[in-house]
Amino acid sequence: MDAAAPLLEVEDLEVEFRTRHGTARVLDGVALSLQPGRTLGIVGESGCGKSMTALSIMRLVPVPPGRIGAGAVRLKGEDLLQASEKRMREVRGKDISMIFQEPMTSLNPVYSIGDQIAETVRLHEGLSRRDSLDRAIEMLKAVHIPAAERRVREFPHQMSGGMRQRVMIAMALACRPSVLIADEPTTALDVTVQAQVFDLLKELQEKTGTAIILISHDMGAIAEMADRVMVMYAGRIVEEAATDEILESPRHPYTRGLISCVPHMEDEPPPERAALTEIPGVVPALTDLGAGCSFAPRCAHTTDLCRRAAPQPFAVGENHRTACWLYDEAGAA
Amino acid sequence: MTEQRTTAPEGALETVRVERPVVEFLRMYVRNWAAVAGFIVFSAIVFAALFAPVILAVDPFEMVWMPFTPPGQDGYFLGTDNLGRDMFTAIVYGARATLVVGGSAAALTIVIGLTIGSLAGYYRGWVDEVLMRITEFFQVLPPLLLAMVLVALFEPTLPTVAIAIGVVTWTGVARLARAEFMRIRELEFVKAARSIGSRDRRIIWRVILPNALPPLIVNAALTVGIAILFEAALSFLGLSDPNVMSWGKIIGDNRDYLLDAPWTVTIPGVAIFLTVLAVSLIGDGLNDAFNPRLRER
Repeated sequence: MDAAAPLLEVEDLEVEFRTRHGTARVLDGVALSLQPGRTLGIVGESGCGKSMTALSIMRLVPVPPGRIGAGAVRLKGEDLLQASEKRMREVRGKDISMIFQEPMTSLNPVYSIGDQIAETVRLHEGLSRRDSLDRAIEMLKAVHIPAAERRVREFPHQMSGGMRQRVMIAMALACRPSVLIADEPTTALDVTVQAQVFDLLKELQEKTGTAIILISHDMGAIAEMADRVMVMYAGRIVEEAATDEILESPRHPYTRGLISCVPHMEDEPPPERAALTEIPGVVPALTDLGAGCSFAPRCAHTTDLCRRAAPQPFAVGENHRTACWLYDEAGAA
Repeated sequence: MTEQRTTAPEGALETVRVERPVVEFLRMYVRNWAAVAGFIVFSAIVFAALFAPVILAVDPFEMVWMPFTPPGQDGYFLGTDNLGRDMFTAIVYGARATLVVGGSAAALTIVIGLTIGSLAGYYRGWVDEVLMRITEFFQVLPPLLLAMVLVALFEPTLPTVAIAIGVVTWTGVARLARAEFMRIRELEFVKAARSIGSRDRRIIWRVILPNALPPLIVNAALTVGIAILFEAALSFLGLSDPNVMSWGKIIGDNRDYLLDAPWTVTIPGVAIFLTVLAVSLIGDGLNDAFNPRLRER
């Protein structure tokens, strides 16, 4: 399945943040590879390094206090971590673009939405004002905004959240990037609007062949969109597999926890009205991670080994890896 | 104001009130009657200053009549001063110096303050440290004394006075601009601008600045008032161009005769007061017009 050369490849990415309480390793050995036209989902709780992975790929990690310590981010073979800042500005928006969580604040309130979409095009393709506005209208039509010719002159405050997220998608795709990073694109939206945004993303992906990295804490959203899933915990990838595989046979206790946290509506409610499932505890502070597995304090299967040493990823099936001692030596769980 | 109805693709009906920002701004400004009054008074002063040589083809320094003629007597509307110069002519011509110096000093204040404040607030880190220490250095110096020293060191001409005032008043603007930039740089649309490949220069001037402008414009209006007061103070002390008539200079020239000919001092004083008041009211009106929380009342 991963036969062709990947479009985007991240290897052994390490990112640290210097804080008042010490150095926090927010990403540790993160690796991923993305094929054209495919969707990779990244899941995990808040503070697990999902967004930081995205920002590192775009090289938008604030430096200082952040620092990309090691690793490589290869786009079509070119290592972006070694590229000049000027080259990165060319890449951002043209080869890789990003949509953000908050559609209410991710558009600039003082410019019309047409100007903002046209801005990207002008920046990267040097089109004239008129041509770039034409492209903006074309993009608004592509994201199904009605009366695009008129709405292109409207301002963000005149639009609803779902509409603004459509505008953000139009902006991100205006230069036909090969990779689109969607950082929790629907978290701030109503459930019905969420479904529309996902449908739109899928439709545009089919049309343009853009590869998508979808970041979410919502397993349902990932199941809907992604071909492959990466589960992150405390800056590390704890499990990675095809979406169906992970949903059917999750291996890592954290992944199992995340999946069991999704409420099931189709089942008969149990007579005792059981409380929703949760994973006990919280993500640990990244400044004082011990030597062992960072999930050990919250895990039901913790052994001495877990507290002593951090597990490396073990293969537990075809294209299925998990970093958990339970699966040492092709594990029998 | 028009109501527009748009059918979203999902079939949801969306109602959006559309009003051009300029129209909305004017509507909010006009609602504040004091600000409108301030605008009218200020416009009248600007008009007088612009057309002074046309209205009154008299040299304000020329002695026209008996010194200390009270207002209204012998056909002199505002009387004459200690050297028999026409007070009305002096007030009208004085408006020019006041406005030119006040306006250009305020402009300089904005330019210096905005540059320093935006760079400090945007880049943070050592840039912020260095620029803020410089700002604090200027903040702790007594502004009037520093302005006096600067004018005394160089020639007492209008440009020198304007520059001296600008140099002592920019710190407030710098701190305000810095605070706004620090707030706005964390907003998501700045991240979005960076994610489409905008460079720092573009983000500072085209992305953040327009969003930081409202409080800065209000502050600029107040700065004009402050600059006018500074100009009056300096020319009162004789630290301005002696060949240019200004309100502070009239007060300074006549201060020894305060008890015998009070109008020579009070009339230019009232002129200064009215101008600064008008400018402050305009600032207040701008604040109302820019403040979204006051809308929809």
